[in-house]
Amino acid sequence: MYVAVKGGERAIENAHAWLAEERRGDMDIAELGIAQIREQLSLAVNRVMAEGSLYDPDLAALAIKQARGDLIEAIFLIRAYRTTLPRFGASEPVDTGAMTCDRRISATFKDLPGGQVLGPTFDYTHRLLDFKLAADGDVPEAPSREAAADSVPHVTEFLNHEGLIEEAPQEDTPPPDLTREPLETPAERALRLQALTRADEGFILGLAYSTQRGYARNHAFVGELRIGSVAVKMEIPELGFAVEIGEVTLTECETINQFKGSKTEPPQFTRGYGLVFGQTERKAISMALVDRALRWEELGEDNVGAPAQDAEFVLYHADNIQATGFLEHIKLPHYVDFQSELELVRKLRREAGVDQVQEAAE
Amino acid sequence: MTDYNFAYLDEQTKRMIRRAILKGLAIPGYQVPFASREMPMPYGWGTGGVQVSAAVLTPEDTFKVIDQGADDTTNAVSIRTFFERTAGVETTTTTCDASVIQTRHRIPEEPLSEGQILVYQVPIPEPLRFLEPRESETRKMHSLEEYGLMHVKLYEDISRHGHIATSYAYPVKVEGRYVMDPSPIPKFDNPKLGDMAAIQLFGAGREQRIYALPPYTQVVSLDFEDHPFEASKADHPCGMCGAIDSYLDELIIDDTGGRMFVCSDTDFCEARQLAGHKGKDAA
Amino acid sequence: MQAQALSGGFADPATQSAHAFRSIMEAMARPGTLHGVSGALPPAPLSRAAGAVLLTLCDTETPAYLAGGANCDAVHAWLAFHTGVPLVGPSHCRFAVGSWSALTPLSAYPIGTSEYPDRSATLIVECPELTDSGEILTGPGIRNNAALSLPEVAAFQSNHALFPLGLDFIFTCGDRLAALPRSTKVCAPMGATEVTPCM
Ligand SMILES: [Zn+2]
Repeated sequence: MYVAVKGGERAIENAHAWLAEERRGDMDIAELGIAQIREQLSLAVNRVMAEGSLYDPDLAALAIKQARGDLIEAIFLIRAYRTTLPRFGASEPVDTGAMTCDRRISATFKDLPGGQVLGPTFDYTHRLLDFKLAADGDVPEAPSREAAADSVPHVTEFLNHEGLIEEAPQEDTPPPDLTREPLETPAERALRLQALTRADEGFILGLAYSTQRGYARNHAFVGELRIGSVAVKMEIPELGFAVEIGEVTLTECETINQFKGSKTEPPQFTRGYGLVFGQTERKAISMALVDRALRWEELGEDNVGAPAQDAEFVLYHADNIQATGFLEHIKLPHYVDFQSELELVRKLRREAGVDQVQEAAE
Repeated sequence: MTDYNFAYLDEQTKRMIRRAILKGLAIPGYQVPFASREMPMPYGWGTGGVQVSAAVLTPEDTFKVIDQGADDTTNAVSIRTFFERTAGVETTTTTCDASVIQTRHRIPEEPLSEGQILVYQVPIPEPLRFLEPRESETRKMHSLEEYGLMHVKLYEDISRHGHIATSYAYPVKVEGRYVMDPSPIPKFDNPKLGDMAAIQLFGAGREQRIYALPPYTQVVSLDFEDHPFEASKADHPCGMCGAIDSYLDELIIDDTGGRMFVCSDTDFCEARQLAGHKGKDAA
Repeated sequence: MQAQALSGGFADPATQSAHAFRSIMEAMARPGTLHGVSGALPPAPLSRAAGAVLLTLCDTETPAYLAGGANCDAVHAWLAFHTGVPLVGPSHCRFAVGSWSALTPLSAYPIGTSEYPDRSATLIVECPELTDSGEILTGPGIRNNAALSLPEVAAFQSNHALFPLGLDFIFTCGDRLAALPRSTKVCAPMGATEVTPCM
């Protein structure tokens, strides 16, 4: 006899208990601390802060621990927490020109004011597993020197002096915020940049790669990639001036792209821009390439139908929290809609005379 | 959860959702964009419905959640628990005792009354989306009342299959103006949408849309003179309560493919069984 | 004056605005029905109902227009403290509040666009009296027909003719309110001296 399934609540509680146990793993192994994750898995922490749109390394580390290392799940935890936070105000735009750089490279000039600084990069490591790490090896202290006092001007500034690159004039209108207003297309560049900086790293990487392979190729040179900390300042109305309220680590990528020109306008290079929380250079470079591809219309280029040129396509599919939720929702019961399809298919088959034998056998 | 506001959302967010609901009610069937928030449950799992419910609930409400018509499916349980915790509302499984009902994929069998609000979880609010993927285009089509594409699609079904091959999320026209997606309810439920005594609110979180049907609104399922709309269901009585007019789940009960049919609306079925109705598979 | 600005808001905003919203929503969903609202004590000339509607729906994101007598220092200060609502002229407002004569003509307000008909103003009309009698209403939300004491007929008929564009109205009087969305068809009551045919 059939008995309706009950006890969904118990099943959920039990699943959660089991999940907690699995998260902890073997109890004979020491538990991970938040500080360990923050310090030793810092690139994971950075990605969670960037795509979670919340700069808080400790919370990001906690989210990674809770999510058992599933970074999209960790980003989800941060996003859901972030929306409940009250907003006290907006900071002034950060000045990346005044960044204290840990890393600063240019692919366009061999040497330049401020110099090339490799910084802590994987770039020239040989990707050989380091078995010493498996045995808790101590790390020898890296050589250091005083930070250079010289300013580190943006590479694109040099080109700008000569008029060789399109102007990027200061814009004082407050940018839109897609976390507070529903997304609407066509979206202005500021909104697109916000969407890209929160976007899934893998999705943006794939799109950027597709532009390099010819789907709206835009000949990007990394004019400059810089990683470092900048001060966050906020205007305090009671004081009447801005005060520093903290600092954040950012990765900024400015690409110098194919020039354009016409009979009336001399040829000029164009720009792509990437700015992401934390040390996240793959994402920042990808963002700059996709930003540039999305600018085809304002730069008077042809729409070649490439995915990276299609702002509506990119913006509606770049968010991994939206994507993963909707993708995974097909695990939920769909008995009702499936049943209605079953009936329809049976009816159509019956009318086509296919199922007569089976129906007769019933 | 005591650190969170009543019904989880902050007041500013609720005001924004409430304004969208009012515009939705004033323009029946039109999808109002709203700045959907990131909720502590995944997109696609009812975040739109949850935000709408959070914006309409008062502490005195009695809340019911169904998924596939059932109160005890896991996601229904999860959403019900969420509001028990964050809003402290009474919950019920009895349809007529609920003042607010959140649903996924079904309209209860028992007719709703004037004091009730039905909140739908909507995955894809745009009825034209699978014909035209671009929001910028579909928005234009709605503004120009250009629904020819939808009729062409339905008619292509007829020429290919002899029937309209849409069995759920069957599009409707509201008050002769907007074509609307009723969410993935089976077309069996479509006739209940129109002239309903309760307020119907639709929330699509990921797609950032809210729309509404005020009570007693005219809702017509799209069809053709020679192929009128037909609300169909499996041609069986309920195995448990014997109902012949309810929507049925099909269950496979043994490994030789034996099947039985049971009401998808669990409250409806249980109430009938309590009243002494018996189907052929009941003990 | 300062003390008055600080008082008269919702003592328990989450619960009181939830109740007030349900009244407003029921009113908008069922044109012609009257609903009580409480909890707000705004300065004169605002009614308690208008005060509750403003507290429930307005904030820094919703520019509002104060028409006629409602445009006074006491109301400014009260709204600034409790809602932060920016005050604007009628052409850019999301909400407007005032008496019917101060609010009209309706041509001053945004009626939405064909792609976004929701981007239209909601007018909170302070009424000397408000009863469920008078003009005959039909349309979504109304089973057969309903009646509501409207300040006039023609303006609501031309507003309805704009559908799906148009304005939506919340009528307030003391601690009661009713609403009239753009979807409602308005006719003069039977036997009215001034003949206004149905539209
Ligand atoms: Zn049954």
